[in-house]
Amino acid sequence: MARDLRLAWRHPDEIILTLAFFALVASLFPLGIGAEPQLLARIGPGVIWVGALLAAFLALPGIFAADFIDGSLEQMTLSPHPPLGWAAGKIAAHWIISGLPLTLMSPLIGLQYGLTGDTLLVEALSLALGTPILSLLGGACAALALGARGGGMLLALLALPLFVPVLIFGAGAAEAQATGLAPTPHLSLLAAALIAALVGVPAAVVAAVRISVD
Amino acid sequence: MYWSSWDAFWAMGGHAFFVWMSFGALFLALAVELVLLRVRRIRALGDIEEERELEAEN
Amino acid sequence: MNWFYFSSPSTFYGLAGRLAPWFFALAAVTAVWGLYLGLLVAPTDAQQGEVYRVIFIHVPTAWMSMFLYFVMACYCGLTLVFNTRLSAMMARAIAPTGALFTAVALWTGSFWGKPTWGTYWVWDARLTSELVLLFLYFGFIALSNAFEDPRRGDRAAALLAIIGVVNLPIIYFSVQWWNTLHQGSSVSFKGTSMHVTMLTGMLVMSFSAWFYAAGAALVRVRSIILERERRAQWVRELKEG
Repeated sequence: MARDLRLAWRHPDEIILTLAFFALVASLFPLGIGAEPQLLARIGPGVIWVGALLAAFLALPGIFAADFIDGSLEQMTLSPHPPLGWAAGKIAAHWIISGLPLTLMSPLIGLQYGLTGDTLLVEALSLALGTPILSLLGGACAALALGARGGGMLLALLALPLFVPVLIFGAGAAEAQATGLAPTPHLSLLAAALIAALVGVPAAVVAAVRISVD
Repeated sequence: MYWSSWDAFWAMGGHAFFVWMSFGALFLALAVELVLLRVRRIRALGDIEEERELEAEN
Repeated sequence: MNWFYFSSPSTFYGLAGRLAPWFFALAAVTAVWGLYLGLLVAPTDAQQGEVYRVIFIHVPTAWMSMFLYFVMACYCGLTLVFNTRLSAMMARAIAPTGALFTAVALWTGSFWGKPTWGTYWVWDARLTSELVLLFLYFGFIALSNAFEDPRRGDRAAALLAIIGVVNLPIIYFSVQWWNTLHQGSSVSFKGTSMHVTMLTGMLVMSFSAWFYAAGAALVRVRSIILERERRAQWVRELKEG
């Protein structure tokens, strides 16, 4: 696990790519829809969440691909190391190159969209709670799709429907804050979903990897 | 029988479009599925026949 | 009775062939009865007028969309735990019919929504989660066919189906958990807010949908068995037709 995290840190170019992608996606919306301040403040939380979701999705194939090709995935399922910790390490590495930088950068994008103080904070908080869920669910899907025909499109069909509830509650939290409602119900639901995913998904990832190297 | 005439039945109180689009879609979908099931079965049997013939040739 | 007798594809092939016509016949009889009750006998709805009659296909298809996913997930559980071949084939056989009922439930719902809510579609919890269910069915079908080795497709898709089960309670309880445009259930164990004929018609139509789904799944599983066991001796010895 520690090795995966070190590797993720040692290649900051991936993090920079994620951030550039995020900033580009976020700038497409004002250019495409129009730049009236009221409109931007209205769509801001959702745009940031959609950008985060797409960035997390695009980083999914990288979680296992290299290990799958060079055979170390197979070794891993045979090794005495606890595979749960190994799966958690892979997913944590994915979160470090996708979810974490996006969470830290979101206030900057939020400012561009004219979001104000508390909303920025709630948006970052919802991303901090929600993006790990995306990494977990997406990791399970990436493991299931290893070696499958259909590549990215198949992965999209598997992962995006599972991302939908996270998107709804994540964007809902910041939107509630922006319209003067309490964001706590959304945030508590996200936190509960995160705990459930932390408990359940690593086992599913290990099972999926076992299926794929069978 | 609730309806006074068949015309009234088909008109569905002015909502004919919505009611018959719903029922029509269901029956169309079921018809398509039944045809596809038939096609799949014929194809599966054809593949087996092909394999038998190949084996007979060898 | 030996329950494992029919878990072999070759014996189940014959059983499914004998059962399927009966299921289709029952589906046809109950459909005629249910449509007669729903379209011809049942009185009009005081608030919605005649358009409420969509309920006789909307509710049964929506129930079946969730029920079929649940049955499919149970077969998937068997696949992963006992590594049985037939259970994976049954899951594959159920998925297309489940997707069809999900699509019909969404379609009829939107044609019911337009005259009653004024819109074909709203992004509320019930509709969104039902749409997610449709994509779960599509994902299951795509993943099960995405590998050279069908056994890998079986197991990968089985795991996906089991992960997707969390969506079922979300669909079912969405009308209670969130304030939505979609009305709550009008049928409950304590009693119902519906006219007796309406309720009977809806239940008869639900049985019809169940019989149809069972018949379709059995016919499809027979084709799947033939495709998968093409080289087995017992398939070679099958009579033509």
